[in-house]
Formats: sequence, structure tokens, C-alpha cells
Amino acid sequence: MSAIAIGLDVGSTSLKAVAIDARGAVVASVVEPTHPRIEEHTRRVVEALRERLGVTVLPIGATGYGRKRAAADKVLTEITCHARGAFHQLGVLGVLIDIGGQDSKVIRIGEGGSVLDFAMNDKCAAGTGRFLEVILARLHVPLAEVASTAERATRVVPISSTCTVFAESEVVSLVAQGEPLEAILAGLHAALASRVAALAGRLAHGQPLFLSGGVALNRAMVRALAEALGKEPQVVPDPQLVGALGAALAVSSR
Amino acid sequence: MSVRRLQYEVAGRVVGPAMIALDRWRAQSRRLSPSARPSPFGPPLESTRKLKELMQLHYLQGRYADGAVPVAWVTSGFPVELLRPWGFHVVYPENHGALCASRRLTPELSDVAEAQGYSRDLCGYARGDIGSVLSGRTPVGRLPKPDLLACCTNICQTVLYWYRTLAEHFGVPLVVVDTPYVFGESAPHELAYVEAQLEEVCAAAARVTRRPLPRDALAEALTLGREASALWGRCLATGKHRPSPWTGFDGFVHMAPVVALRGTRACVSYYEHLLLELEDRIARGVGGIKEERHRLLWDNLPIWYRIRDLSTTFAEAGANFVCATYTNAWAESAALIDPAAPFASVARAYTYVILNRDLANRLRVMRELVRDYAVDGLVLHSDRSCKPYSIGQIDLKQKLSAELALPVVMLDADHADPRAYAEEQVGVRAAAFLESLA
Repeated sequence: MSAIAIGLDVGSTSLKAVAIDARGAVVASVVEPTHPRIEEHTRRVVEALRERLGVTVLPIGATGYGRKRAAADKVLTEITCHARGAFHQLGVLGVLIDIGGQDSKVIRIGEGGSVLDFAMNDKCAAGTGRFLEVILARLHVPLAEVASTAERATRVVPISSTCTVFAESEVVSLVAQGEPLEAILAGLHAALASRVAALAGRLAHGQPLFLSGGVALNRAMVRALAEALGKEPQVVPDPQLVGALGAALAVSSR
Repeated sequence: MSVRRLQYEVAGRVVGPAMIALDRWRAQSRRLSPSARPSPFGPPLESTRKLKELMQLHYLQGRYADGAVPVAWVTSGFPVELLRPWGFHVVYPENHGALCASRRLTPELSDVAEAQGYSRDLCGYARGDIGSVLSGRTPVGRLPKPDLLACCTNICQTVLYWYRTLAEHFGVPLVVVDTPYVFGESAPHELAYVEAQLEEVCAAAARVTRRPLPRDALAEALTLGREASALWGRCLATGKHRPSPWTGFDGFVHMAPVVALRGTRACVSYYEHLLLELEDRIARGVGGIKEERHRLLWDNLPIWYRIRDLSTTFAEAGANFVCATYTNAWAESAALIDPAAPFASVARAYTYVILNRDLANRLRVMRELVRDYAVDGLVLHSDRSCKPYSIGQIDLKQKLSAELALPVVMLDADHADPRAYAEEQVGVRAAAFLESLA
């Protein structure tokens, strides 16, 4: 089926773009690290998508931190778009946890993918993807190996600092004390998960829990969250594309 | 008459009015240039000019007050009516703090206080005030030195430590009115305790001024205070009209006299004037914003340094703050004051303020505002500087959104210090909230 709309999610870490057909199915997608020149980057990605699909003009919906810098027909916040995208994928009501690069959000989804309520982390990187990113860089662990390394842990070293900067120095001293890398990584996942679970606790109240955002691709994180939340959240299919999908759905007025 | 007193009178009666006339003339010549940007707001309130003049005069006269008349520095929740009979010139560090905050001076003033060891986790008003006292920096030229410091713990406990610091710095007496927190209702012995302290306030004022309490003047000040508060309540109630004749942010600005000049005739006349204008706007169908589609409630202090931008963001989406728990606080307890029973009634009125009462009361106030002002969304400002106001907001949010089925959003910020404000975070939350209203 042919594409009817494009959705862009210009995140702080990566740019996600999808094209959807009339049923709302993703027919093409792109994920790239966000370039600082957002106007140029989004234009390039949109052109590549159009070329791949063989179309000239499609309505564009944009979301994410850089949404206002993208040339789009409709601009909406990530909160509205994630709710819309997740509801489209799952078709049930519940509470969505989205852990992004720069913030984490908890959204209570209503009928049709509307937003009933939401909560976000305060001005602080703890509880976001950035928390893991900063510390992984310090530990020289590539993103692709995080989950498998953390899963090898036989015990969890508690990380007490809730601040990313302090946690980083705490990790440095743990390394110096000879703590195994696996145990430290497992501790980091647990720390991040408990932070997010506290936020989710404000809205969850026994409702089904869903997980979206790039961090959902990390198996170890999903497991840590399941422990902190007391139940496993359902990962939305293509978790990283949920926001872009929501933006595409919104602009196609589905 | 002393030279100092002469300066004080000349500042209030000649220099001030002359400066105001000059400003008016300047404003008129400026008005000739057309403004380019389309505004989502209705025509500005005429009273704003009068308000600026009133406050300008107050601060100008303040420069010459010490040595001319007795000077008191007091907290916003202090029963200032008790000091009026002696003719105190009253300085409100919190009002001054709001002025500093709206001019974005709090960080530099706070730096001065922080360098002396005051933590950045303290209230921005306290840090700004201590920094202003230590550095002498202020946007109003000069604040007069106090002869008496007066604080009431009905708004927070911080004021106690803040005013003790001021007392040590200035070496002047401090009177404290300690108001036991109200869970449900106050016990008679608690109110008696507050009442006894009020008598002590008058004794302290008599000692400082070396004059006994002029009883008639006290009754007059209480009557004027009650009138101003009642008029303020009527001004706020015009927001029940659809469209509201003014914006919630107008409300924050126009509350200055009821806070800082309560118990004076000038304050009463100001609100008589404002009320007439608001009623006239209702009669002519003039709204605070051009297209009022959503009516919102604001909880907590305003974000002074962002007031205009936030107001514009909401107004552009057709949303107006038609009521606020904060502005409402100065209208709530007016009826409790009885000039015939000054101490007992003031004890009750000043103990029963929103920040000194439990969450059940806060919930009741918010429910009533939502009902009376036909509110369709709530914005709770979680204010880093004001812990007593911010504690419990997560519970309030849950209760209110479940009970009223209305969208509620929390914005994390600070009323005075822009360093605790994240543009993007607040912007995304406000935008998502407005999207959910649309």
C-alpha cells in the first residue's frame, strides 16, 4: 500500500522518521543520530524517504525536542505523539513509560490514544537514556554490548547517587575498588529503573504498563524495570519509532 | 518637623507626583508609534498605570522613610493592620523580592548571599533579600532601614530564620507571630496563643515608637484592611464572567497593593478604581485575552521572571488563568476580621490562611474555584523556592484529576530564581497540556 504521511521524531539523541500507509502501518523508516543542524538533517531524511517511496509530496508531522525546527505541517509534543503511536500499535488503554535520551515520561493513555495525564522527570538527567550513555562512555562499554554484559552479572552493586554526575564519579571509584564491570552495569540499570518506577508510580495504579523509546531495545533495562515496577512492562513494537508514528498518524488525521 | 520628615513628605507629595506626570507624558508620546506584533491579549488594563504609580510612590517615599517615620519590615502574611496606627512605613521584602525576580536580579543578589554561606536551596526571596541587604543593590534605589522587624509563620518557617538574620544584621527588635498549623479547625488555646502574641506586637510597636496604641486608628486600619481585601475578592470574582475581563497574570501584578499597602486608604481607593474598570470591561464584553476557549486555575506563586512569556504561550492557545489559589489567598479571610474584637478576630483571620491549613482545605478551595470559575484545566507550579506551597501537589493532582476528570499539569520551576527554570521542560509540559485541552 502506498504512503500517505511522514512522521518525524527529532530527539535529543536520534532522529526517527517513518512513512505510513492508509492503515497506519509503517512502510519505511529511518533512525539516525541527530545532527546539530536540524533543518538540514530533517530535510535530507524526508527527501530520502520520498525518493525511496517514489512520491513527491506527503504531509509531515513532527515531534521531539527539535520539532519546531523541522519543516512540518503539524507540530506536536512527544507526549501526545507517543500516546497516539502506542495506542495504535497496541489498541489497549494503559500507562506508557517512555525513556528518551533527555527525559523520561509516563503517560496515561485514554480512548483513541488521547492523553489523560502525564508526568515527566524534573530538570535532571538521572532516569534518562543520557544517564546510561554518560556512564557507558566512561566504562568503555559499547551500546550494543550493554545488555549482554549486564545480564552476566552474578550480583548487583548498588549505586546510591541519583545524580548522573555524582553517579559517574561513584562508578569510577567502584571500578577503582575492583568491582566487576557486570555488577556495576547491573547496578546502574537498577538505579535508572528505580528512578523511572518512582515516576511511573504516580500514574500507574495497577493499569497495564507499556514501554517505548530507544532504551526499550535494551533487554537488561526491561528486566530491571520489571523488577522495580513489580511487573514486566509490555514493549511497544518498534519502540524507538512510536513517537514518529504518532506524529505521522496525527498529521494524516487518522 | 525634622529635615528627614520634610524630605519624606516632599518625596511623597511633590517629587513622586512630578515623576509620575513626566512618565505619563512620556508614555503618551510613545503611544504614537504603532506596535507591530499581533497580541493574543485584549486591550491592557488602564489601572495598570495607576498601579505602577502607586507602587512607585511607595518605594520612592521609602527612600526617605528612615529617620522620618518609624519603619517596619514585615512578611506578606503579617497582620500589618496592627502597625498602621503608628504610621509605620512598611517594607515587604517579599514584594521587593518579586520586583527583583521580575527584573531577573535574583541570581546576582543570591550570589551575594550564597557567598556568605546561605544555601541555594533556600527560598529565592530570602536569598534575594539577604543579598540585597548585604550589597545595597535594589531596583528601587534604596530601602529604608527598619526600626522593627515583624514576621508571621503562617506562610512558612523560613521567615523565622530569615528575619532573625535581618534582626542580627540591623540590630533592631524582631516580633514573631507564631501561628500553629491548622488541621481541620484550630483549638481555642491555639488561637489564644496567637492572640497573646498580637498584643505583644502592639507592645513592641509602642516601645519602638515610644507612643501608646491609638485604639481608634487601629479600628480604622482594620476596617480599611478588611475593605481592601473584600474589594480584591470582588475584583477576582469578575473572572467568573465569560470571558474573564482580565488575565490571571494581571491578577498577580495587581495584587501588590493588597499585600503591601493593606490597611491604608490608598489601597482601598485603588481597588475601587480597578473594580470599576473590570466591571466596565464586562459590560462592554472586553476579555483579558482575545479568544477565551479554555479557563484555567493556577496553583502556587507565579514564575515572576517568566510571567509575560508563559502568559503569552497560554493566551495564544486560547487559554486564560481565570483564577489562582495564590491571589485568592488575600481575599479569603477578609470577612473574619472584626474591628470590634481586634485581637481575637485578627488571630483567627491570620491563622486561617491557605498555607497554614491542611491539604483537605486546599483541596476544598481548589474544588470551589474550579466550580465557581467554570475551570477546565489546572496548572500546578511546583515551586522549588516555596516548599510549604509545593508539598502535597502530587496528591492534589491525583485527587483533582480523578475527581473532576480535568487535565492537570505540573510545571517544575521557581518563583524567583531563573537558574531553577528549564525552558524546554516547562515548554514541553505546557504544550502537551494545551494539546490535551484542544
